[in-house]
Amino acid sequence: MSDPVLTLSGLDAHYGDFQALYGIDMDVHAGEVIAIIGANGAGKTTLMRSISGLLGNGAAQVRFKGQPIGALRADQVAYAGIALVPEGRQLFPSLSVEENLKLGGTVGRAGPWGLDAVYDLFPVLAERRAQPSTSLSGGQQQMVAIGRALMSNPDLILFDEISLGLAPVIIKSIYDALPGIVGDGMTAMIVEQDITKALAVSSRVYCLQEGRVSLTGRVEDITRDQITAAYFGVAP
Amino acid sequence: MIEWVNAVVQGVLLGGLYALFAAGLSLIFGVMRLVNIAHGDLIILAAYLGLSTTVMLGIHPFVALLIVMPAMAGIGYILQRGLLNQTLGPDILPPLLVTFGLSVILQNALLEGYTADPQKLNAGAIETASLSAGGLTIGVLPLLTFAMAIAVIATLQWVFYATALGRGFRAVSDNQDIAQLMGLNKAHVFGLAMALALAVTAIAGILLGVRTSFDPAIGGGRLIFGFEAVIIGGLGNIWGTLAGGVILGVAQTVGAKIDPGWQVLAGHVAFLIVLAVRPNGLFPRVEH
Repeated sequence: MSDPVLTLSGLDAHYGDFQALYGIDMDVHAGEVIAIIGANGAGKTTLMRSISGLLGNGAAQVRFKGQPIGALRADQVAYAGIALVPEGRQLFPSLSVEENLKLGGTVGRAGPWGLDAVYDLFPVLAERRAQPSTSLSGGQQQMVAIGRALMSNPDLILFDEISLGLAPVIIKSIYDALPGIVGDGMTAMIVEQDITKALAVSSRVYCLQEGRVSLTGRVEDITRDQITAAYFGVAP
Repeated sequence: MIEWVNAVVQGVLLGGLYALFAAGLSLIFGVMRLVNIAHGDLIILAAYLGLSTTVMLGIHPFVALLIVMPAMAGIGYILQRGLLNQTLGPDILPPLLVTFGLSVILQNALLEGYTADPQKLNAGAIETASLSAGGLTIGVLPLLTFAMAIAVIATLQWVFYATALGRGFRAVSDNQDIAQLMGLNKAHVFGLAMALALAVTAIAGILLGVRTSFDPAIGGGRLIFGFEAVIIGGLGNIWGTLAGGVILGVAQTVGAKIDPGWQVLAGHVAFLIVLAVRPNGLFPRVEH
């Protein structure tokens, strides 16, 4: 197999005195879609923050395309080619829909994604391009958040709690759009509470429990019982 | 009657100068929630830089802007990256203390370098030129100052709402972490914001120095006028800042018309009335 795009080796993460991640090891290969599952507080969001540079780590604990990026700032990580769709959308309220998207293109990496491609993917955003981003529904805001991340043409895109707080019909439409996003070779990691949804679009899964990897494997190789055990920490 | 109209007109024009004092202050607070206590002293620093430039090169103060504006912008960027960025955080006290200290340092450095003697920038005939219209006599310099204020504020508005730089300012102001995720280095963005603010300060300082004499100690007073204009206009609204400056200016000239001793007091009273009646200012930013 080719060299992994992303390698985590012994990744520890701390918030002050509190340690949130303990020695996470992970390999992600080009074009893979990885599901990250786990209970609240298992460290999923911390993992996203560590990879995206919002949380500083030891330089060599996170390697991306062979380069140590663990100690880089988030803006430097963005230029390296990692984009995060943050939990809770986190659009810029002072910016219109289109300005949010344009801001996502700040990095200016070459690739297929631009305003037109995002509007093709989510036509409703084209109609609302001039509106304040906060005037949209939750689902539409999530579309803007996804589009904003795509605008940088990342090599690796991270989705944190992509369906949290959205209506089922909206979640379905966003998951329907996912193959169009990750289909053309983009590597993705999806943090998700809804395990069925996450596994349906992923090739491999990592389950976190209390800051450690409690289960990993190919989606087709692991059973529901294994996931339940890994999720809640019950001995299998 | 005509002298009252005259007082109001002079006040409006004076308001342009106050809006220029306030614009940089408003911009900095809007982008990074930094209250810059040294802002008034930076205006005076710009006036002194204008003095040195005009004396050394023998050029007109307005031409000196071509040198003082980039110089102040450079000072702003270095000041922000080298000092002020380190003070920004969840606690609002460190930037207040550090800029207060900076204010003291600037005043004493100017005192050391230029002595306490009042100085003035010599702009030649334009200082005394005036236009007459309908019984009113309007100075060309105040008119120019007011026009400059409108131009500066229109430019800031354009930068904020129609350029990638302004988009970055607003994004960082909204959410620093997420802006950083989008590839904006907030330390750099803040540096650019301070550079822009101090470029405006250069205009304010030169126009102040042409209008009146200045000495190293008057920065504090300019800071207060700038603050009052920002608060009257409403935080985060750049056109409101112009309105705030005008209200402050009119209150001062009308107050001075009643009794020359009331000029500054009348401005403060107008400010307090607005603060009591509309604590968010007259034109607060509309939240979407």
